[in-house]
Amino acid sequence: MDQKHLEEGILQLIRKAETEIPADVIAALKHAYLAETGAAKIQLEAMLANVEMAKKKRCPMCQDTGILTFFVTIGTDFHAPGLLKFVIENAVARATLEIPLRPNTVDPMTSTNYGDNLGSYLPHILWDFEPGDAVHIMTLPKGSGSENMSALAMLSPSVGLEGVKQFVVNVVKKAGGKPCPPIVVGVGIGGSADLVMNLGKRALLRPIGTRHVERITATLEEDLLEMINKTGIGPMGLGGKTTALDVHVEVAARHPASLPVGVVIQCWADRRASMIIHQDGSWEMS
Amino acid sequence: MEYHVNLPVPTDILKKLHINDILYVTGKIFTARDSAHSKMRGMKPNDLPFDPSKMGLYHCGPLMKKENGRWVAVSAGPTTSSRMEEFEDILLDRFGFHLIIGKGGMGLRTGKALKKTGSVYTVFPGGAGVLAAEKITDVPYVYWLEELGMPEAVWILEVVEFGPLVVTMDATGQSLSRS
Repeated sequence: MDQKHLEEGILQLIRKAETEIPADVIAALKHAYLAETGAAKIQLEAMLANVEMAKKKRCPMCQDTGILTFFVTIGTDFHAPGLLKFVIENAVARATLEIPLRPNTVDPMTSTNYGDNLGSYLPHILWDFEPGDAVHIMTLPKGSGSENMSALAMLSPSVGLEGVKQFVVNVVKKAGGKPCPPIVVGVGIGGSADLVMNLGKRALLRPIGTRHVERITATLEEDLLEMINKTGIGPMGLGGKTTALDVHVEVAARHPASLPVGVVIQCWADRRASMIIHQDGSWEMS
Repeated sequence: MEYHVNLPVPTDILKKLHINDILYVTGKIFTARDSAHSKMRGMKPNDLPFDPSKMGLYHCGPLMKKENGRWVAVSAGPTTSSRMEEFEDILLDRFGFHLIIGKGGMGLRTGKALKKTGSVYTVFPGGAGVLAAEKITDVPYVYWLEELGMPEAVWILEVVEFGPLVVTMDATGQSLSRS
């Protein structure tokens, strides 16, 4: 397998994620633009102009090119899984220079910036397996204006779904204009403290407008979206009808004694891109 | 109201600006976020290698690249201003700049300092990094780059018609920010 060719593929994946947001996000922003007036409309107008400009100039739409997370699903018959970590890390270092990306990895002990977006545990790679011989990779670059608003609650099961809703809406209210609304809200419910945060982030991978397959969970998504948009926080916190573009919920089974809830907020620049790598090493964006 | 002004913003305009007004500025602005604020809190105006008093302060950690030996802004939208809340009243009082550009709003302490110094806080659309970079015509200086790294360094930016800046905290103490 040609490592350089694979590295080029991951580099293109990162470039696509940083410079082009998916069509579902653009459609949702346009919808919000039509619904808003005044300062909120001005914000959305600038956001949409920025999206166009970033794509045309092939520049990262936001200076905070984020921490890169890769969701990698390896087909169990894929013959070179050992290469992937190495190739992804090389591609991230190259992307930092060639796209370029802002160097965002800092030593937490000394505050020294490493300069290449690599560092202990970063980029964050989450591995999974499925039957087949291909590899699917999705990347979610996420800035810290939104990531800093993440929250975990280990609720008492007695509070039920009403308690879950209250917690999620309070997290959004507290965040206000800070995570660059209109936001996308990822919510994890169940599992353990670490699993539920992971689910909250995974929930952000779903396109805007899609609903959970389980009716009860889909209804919770719709209820939360309505409650969040009633807060009136609006685009960039300047007031308005659109605080969230969507809410996605992912669920894990829970321990009888706990009801973990994880909230992960994504900014309006909901950047994500995906690719497929075939058995022969060829690849395409998907 | 919409205003197009040169920096520093003239005093009579600062007095006239109200929340929800739109501002476009031309002139020099300097970037400073967490680390630069922390550093500046321990310094006097004469210790600084630059003079902030004629510039606007921009809460921003830009993405820059070097082209033919000169720095160029690639993407340079605002960062979340509330992280600077613990420093800003001191800096406003000490360094004499009268315009802050950021996002997400600031707190009561900054609000009081804006009123005291006759200054305003404005927001540039968050995440609109390329739009902001388009209005940066020159990057004449950078300070503390080696020590603080690209996002945290102080970048002096020459801007033309930089905006839309929405005034969300004015010099009379009015605030639109909901943070």
